[in-house]
Amino acid sequence: MSRVFLGMPAHAPADVAALHARRPFPDAARDALADTQLRRNIGAATATIRGKRAAVVAEVDDWEQLRLAGQAIKAATMSRLAEHLQRLEREVTARGGTVHWARDAAEANRIVTDLVRATGADEVVKVKSMVTQEIGLNEALAEAGIAAWETDLAELIVQLGQDTPSHILVPAIHRNRAEIREIFLREMPGADPALTDDPRALAMAARAHLRRKFLTARVAVSGANFAVADTGTLLVVESEGNGRMCLTLPDTLITVMGIEKIVPTWSDLEVFLQLLPRSSTGERMNPYTSAWTGVTPGDGPQEFHLVLLDNGRTAVLADEVGREALHCIRCSACLNVCPVYERTGGHAYGSVYPGPIGAVLTPLLTGTPGNPSLPYASTLCGACFDACPVRIDIPSLLVHLRGRTTQERAEAHLLPSAEAVAMAAASWVMASPRRFAWAGRSARLGRLLARRGRIRRLPPPLSAWTTARDAPAPPAQTFRDWWRSNRGKQ
Amino acid sequence: MRIALFVTCLSDTLFPQVGQATTVLLERLGHEVVFPQAQTCCGQMHINTGYQRQALPLVEHYADVFADADAIVAPSGSCVGSVRHQHATVARSLGRHQLAQRSAAVAAKTFELCEFLVDVLGVTDVGAYFPHRVTYHPTCHSLRMLHVADKPLRLLRQVRGLSLIELPDAEQCCGFGGTFALKNADTSTAMLADKMTRVLSTRAEVLTAGDSSCLMHIGGGLGRLSSGTRTLHIAEILAATETGAGS
Ligand code: SF4
Repeated sequence: MSRVFLGMPAHAPADVAALHARRPFPDAARDALADTQLRRNIGAATATIRGKRAAVVAEVDDWEQLRLAGQAIKAATMSRLAEHLQRLEREVTARGGTVHWARDAAEANRIVTDLVRATGADEVVKVKSMVTQEIGLNEALAEAGIAAWETDLAELIVQLGQDTPSHILVPAIHRNRAEIREIFLREMPGADPALTDDPRALAMAARAHLRRKFLTARVAVSGANFAVADTGTLLVVESEGNGRMCLTLPDTLITVMGIEKIVPTWSDLEVFLQLLPRSSTGERMNPYTSAWTGVTPGDGPQEFHLVLLDNGRTAVLADEVGREALHCIRCSACLNVCPVYERTGGHAYGSVYPGPIGAVLTPLLTGTPGNPSLPYASTLCGACFDACPVRIDIPSLLVHLRGRTTQERAEAHLLPSAEAVAMAAASWVMASPRRFAWAGRSARLGRLLARRGRIRRLPPPLSAWTTARDAPAPPAQTFRDWWRSNRGKQ
Repeated sequence: MRIALFVTCLSDTLFPQVGQATTVLLERLGHEVVFPQAQTCCGQMHINTGYQRQALPLVEHYADVFADADAIVAPSGSCVGSVRHQHATVARSLGRHQLAQRSAAVAAKTFELCEFLVDVLGVTDVGAYFPHRVTYHPTCHSLRMLHVADKPLRLLRQVRGLSLIELPDAEQCCGFGGTFALKNADTSTAMLADKMTRVLSTRAEVLTAGDSSCLMHIGGGLGRLSSGTRTLHIAEILAATETGAGS
């Protein structure tokens, strides 16, 4: 495998909370599981999106070929990432844009804050963007006295509710209509007290609110779904068109983009613009695709800045197995099919990237010691891999990260834990047929705990099993003993 | 055909009846079954929990024990999935390239029971008799790692007396996930609860699957409820005849 070197890889800094779980996943999940409203909201929403996605994917005869093409383009791009990024920088600059490089969240925030300050503005409108959440940009701007207004409907709901997003694509998926109505009435200046929870009425209320922002804002901040190196073009895809308002009305546009979002040429986009809408919203084509290249005198923003963000990505690239996570196009299909996400919701993952991709991407960006419980937040059922439009083998990445976690713990002398001792002992027993046969026979002792063939309570750590499930009583005879007495020696 | 049985550690120690049923079934179909006594465990639990180094001796042991077998059959989708998709990778990642090659060779002749019956032996009617209402849960590794697809259903449909009832949301994970059931016990239980609701809605007497591990999880939940639905491994149903399972 090739090695990519882009300088010293550094992980995302710990002082930006957006990637660092405050609590281990099992603890945070426990609270979410107890919230019946949340489970109902998420269960219903993911089931709907799952159904839509399955239907539109089934329409495409060559879906598997498309997935393979997407995977191949990503792999080829990542192996020459530095080259493509330098090309992008040249092309953007040649067309009147300015390119900035940010090693991590703090640096990116500083760059954006300074750029906004230089315009004299004290507020910005925002296109929905994961990467600006990853770096905690809104909070950083607020500290500098600059208000950042989210313009995506779901993102607005989250912002007004002083909440955090719980889904990549549908940040307010954990809220239902009645809850949204309450948030609008409480937080939206000038909201009609007679507002109902009809989706259309809610959308119109948000529209009126946002229109005021669009017409006054002089600076916009966006992320990017793709950047075409060949021409220095940035792209955003969206469903509502609010993003396009931000991309066209203000005088200054600042785009923050993770370095992995690059594609070499326009023809590469052809594949992703088919894969993305069907996988994410279950649409054949996404309603709004906006592309912009540098600045065009007299048309659109007259000042354009592109901030290229690392924040742990080169460290991910240095992990020969883990780098596949950088292929992600943030479609969120893996969230919608994940049985764990469906029950716990996104907040339990403690990162702006929840669900299966979050369980691998977050610890990759921060380093596994920063998020040791996330690689275990999966049953490895494989539904995410099947759904992923660019064929990221998330289950194998999870297993890889689990290996990295235990390995690093061993090296830091945090092992032996009870688990590590048990695993080593089991390995020792199972490596020898004689020891294993003996252990199988001794398991019969467990029969003392059983009643009518079942065990209702096991000692710790196996007690976690018997809180909700009976355990089977060990049989009087193991299989190998049965074999010996019924089929003889061989 | 001479078939080497990989009974799996779980079946050996906790569910010997599954290994017995597999033996009886394959013998009834006219094949010779051998049980290499040195076998132990595929190491899946170690690998999936992040203990690749501790799994390596087990990976090597499996390759040694089954090196000479013509075909290896196991009554477990997840263990076969581990042999096929993880053994060589683990060996390679720990720098054991020769072992990786041997593991890949042994993996190529390792089959899950249903897939072996349908793809290799070419049978769907195994001459079974089981006059009960049965519903089938496709376990994740059989379904997505091995792509056994509808092979188990094709086998079950040929069982005389059996009425097969479709399980709603069958393809959703039951929440077992090996050590997930202990490390994330609450989430595992929530997933189990939903799976049990679906199973009970079928009013089947028996829930079957191709993995004792998932059945131990779902069966443990159903047993706690005294629900009246029990779990049986698909080998046990396919081995059943009018004169009994005959172990
Ligand atoms: S990992 Fe795959 S399925 Fe999940 S969000 Fe990324 S591209 Fe979509």
